[in-house]
Amino acid sequence: MDTLVQLLDLTVRSSVPLLLACLAGLYSERSGIVDIGLEGKMLGGAFAAAATAALTGSAWLGLLAAIAVSVLFSLIHGFASITNRGDQIVSGVAINFIAAGLAALVGQAWFNQGGRTPQLQSEQRFGELDLPFVEALADVPLVGPIYSDLISGHNLIAYIAFVLVPVTWWVLFRTRFGLRLRAVGENPAAVDTAGISVSWARYRAVICCGILCGIAGAYLSIGVSAGYVKDMTAGRGFIALAALIFAKWRPVSAMWACLLFGFLGAIEIRYQGVALPIVGIVPVQLMQALPYILTVVLLAGFIGRAIPPRAGGVPYSKER
Amino acid sequence: MNAPLPRWVDIGLIPLINVAVAFIVAGLVVMFVGESPVTAAYLMVKGAFGNGYNIGFTLFYATTFIFTGLAVAVAAHAGLFNIGGEGQAYIGGLGVGLVCLSLDSILPWWLTFPLAIAGAAVFGAAWAYIPALLQATRGSHVVITTIMFNFIASALMVYLLAGVLHKEGDPAPQTRDFAAGGQIPKLDWLFKPLGLDMGSSPLNITFLLALIAAFVVWVIIWRTRFGYEVRTLGISPRAAKYAGMREVRLTVLIMMISGGLAGMMALNPVMGDQARLQLDFVEGAGFVGIAVALMGRSHPAGIVPAAILFGALYQGGSELAFDMPTITRDMIVLIQGLVILFAGAMGSLFTPAVARVFAGVSGPSKSDRTRYGSPEEKA
Repeated sequence: MDTLVQLLDLTVRSSVPLLLACLAGLYSERSGIVDIGLEGKMLGGAFAAAATAALTGSAWLGLLAAIAVSVLFSLIHGFASITNRGDQIVSGVAINFIAAGLAALVGQAWFNQGGRTPQLQSEQRFGELDLPFVEALADVPLVGPIYSDLISGHNLIAYIAFVLVPVTWWVLFRTRFGLRLRAVGENPAAVDTAGISVSWARYRAVICCGILCGIAGAYLSIGVSAGYVKDMTAGRGFIALAALIFAKWRPVSAMWACLLFGFLGAIEIRYQGVALPIVGIVPVQLMQALPYILTVVLLAGFIGRAIPPRAGGVPYSKER
Repeated sequence: MNAPLPRWVDIGLIPLINVAVAFIVAGLVVMFVGESPVTAAYLMVKGAFGNGYNIGFTLFYATTFIFTGLAVAVAAHAGLFNIGGEGQAYIGGLGVGLVCLSLDSILPWWLTFPLAIAGAAVFGAAWAYIPALLQATRGSHVVITTIMFNFIASALMVYLLAGVLHKEGDPAPQTRDFAAGGQIPKLDWLFKPLGLDMGSSPLNITFLLALIAAFVVWVIIWRTRFGYEVRTLGISPRAAKYAGMREVRLTVLIMMISGGLAGMMALNPVMGDQARLQLDFVEGAGFVGIAVALMGRSHPAGIVPAAILFGALYQGGSELAFDMPTITRDMIVLIQGLVILFAGAMGSLFTPAVARVFAGVSGPSKSDRTRYGSPEEKA
C-alpha cells in the first residue's frame, strides 16, 4: 500500500509539467497553430523563474517572469506563423533552439556557474502545501495515506495544473472565446466570414499557450527543484506533445495521458534495475521510450484514430 | 500586379538579408551579455579559419552538416519535413559500428569503408522507413513520428551501448576501439600542396564523400524523372496524383534517401575521428541540418556553403568560448535558432520591402502580399 501510494505520488509529480505543457499545446493546436516549441518555452520559463527568484528572492515574481518570457516566445511564434504565415513547425524548432541558447548564455553571463542559477532558498520557491485535516486523517486506514501522502503535500502549481483541466474544458467548450478558438482551428474561413478576426483569435490562443508553458517551466525550476540546470526540461515538451496526440486534443483525456506518461516515468525512477514479477528486469530505456512508442502506434491508427484539428499547421490567408 | 523579382534577388539577396538579420540579433545578444560583438566575430573567424588546423576542424564539422543538410533538403523537396535526422544519424552510426566491429581486423580500410557507407545508409534509411510508411499509408504526420523516433533511437542506442556493444570494464557506455581496418585516412595530404598544415585535425575522406553526395543529390532531384516527380509532389500533391505519380512509393523512397543521407553523417565522427561508437556522437548535427537546408534553400549549391558556415560557427564557437569565457558554445545553438527563424519561418518577412525597392512603388498591392505569403513560395 505504502509503495503504491509513493509510486502514485511520484506519478503526480512527474505528470504536472507534462500536464501544463499539454494543456498549453491544446489551446494552441485547437486554434490551428501547431506548436513544437513547447519544450523551448518551458525551458525559457524555467530559466526566467529561477533567475528572477534568485535575484529578487520572490517565487511569485519568478512565476511572473516565467510567464512573461514564455509568452514572449509565443508571440514570436505567433508573429512568424500567424502574421507572417510562415511554417509553424520551422518556427517551433527555431523557438526551441533560441530558448536553449539564450538560457545558457544569459545564465553563464549573470551567474557564472556553467549555465546554472544559484541554489534557491525555500522561501524563493513554491513549497509543499499541507491540505487541511492532514494530521487528523493520517491514521485512518486507506483514506489516510491517500489523502495525506498522495493528495496533500504538493506545491501550489501542481494543484493549479489539475484545476486547469476542468477550467480548460469549460473555456474551450462552454465559452464564446473557446468556440471561436476551436472554429479557427477547424474552419478559419467560416470564422472570417462571420466577421471575426482569425488572427486575433489565434494570437489569444498562443498567448494562453505561452502562459501555461511558463507555469510549467516555473514548476520545474522553482517548484520541484531549487534552481535552473541546463536543459532541465529534458524532452518533456515533446512528451507533452505526444500526450496531446494521445489524448486526441481533449482536455480531460490530456490529463489521463499525462498521468499515464508520468506513471511510466515514476516506474522508471522507482524500479530501475529491479526485477518485476513475470516480466523480469525491464530495461530502463524501454520505459523511457514507451511514451514515444505508444504515440507512434496510436498515430498509426492501431489504437483508435487521432484526428488533429483540420486547419492545424495551415496559415490562413483571405481569399484574393 | 508587379513583375516578379529578378532571380538573383529571390535566391541570392533575400536569403542573405535573412541570415544577416539572424547574425545581427545574435550580435545584440553578445552586447547584452556585456561583450563586444565585433571582437567576438573576429575571434570566431580567426578560430575557424586562422590556420590549417582550424580549417581542418571547420571542414570536419562541415562534412557532417552537408549530410544532415542534404537529408533535410531532399525530404523538403517532396513537401516533407524530416526532423528525424538526429535519430537516423544515430542509428546510421550503429550500421557503421557493426560493420567496423565485425570486419576491422579482417579487411583493410578501403574494403570496410564501402561496407560501412552501405551500413550507415541502410540503417539510416531503415529508421526513416516506418515514419515514411505511416505518413504515406496512414496519414500520421511525419514531423511527429520522426520526433518520436529520435527519442526511441536515443533510448535504443543507450541500451545497446551499455549492453551488448559495451566494452567490458569501460566506465563510459561505448564500444571497443576499432582496429586499423575500421579507421579511414585523414585528408591533410590534399591540403598540403596549398601550404595548409592540418596537424591532428580530424578532417578525413568522408569530406570528399559528402561532396559527391551533394552532387548525386543534385542529379537525383534535378536531372531524373524520379526527382521531377518528387518536386511535383512537393509543390502540388494533387497535380502529382492527377499525373499518375505514385505518392506512397515516392514518399517512402525520398524519406529513405533522406534517412540514408542522415545516416551517412555517422561515418565522419565514428570512423573518421573517434574510431569507436560512443554515446551521443551526433551532438545535435541532425538539427543543424534543418538550419543548413533552410539557409541553402534546399539546393546542394547552397547547402555546401551553408554547411561550411555552420562548420565555421562550431569550430569558431569553440575557440571563442576559450578566449571569451562569458560566451559559451551555446552561442551556436542560439545562432542556429535565429537562422532557422529568419531564413525559415520568417523567410518572407523582408520580401515585400525588397520588392518595393525593386518595383519602385510605394507599397505592395494586396494581391502581392498574399502571393509572397503563400506557403508554396517558401522552401
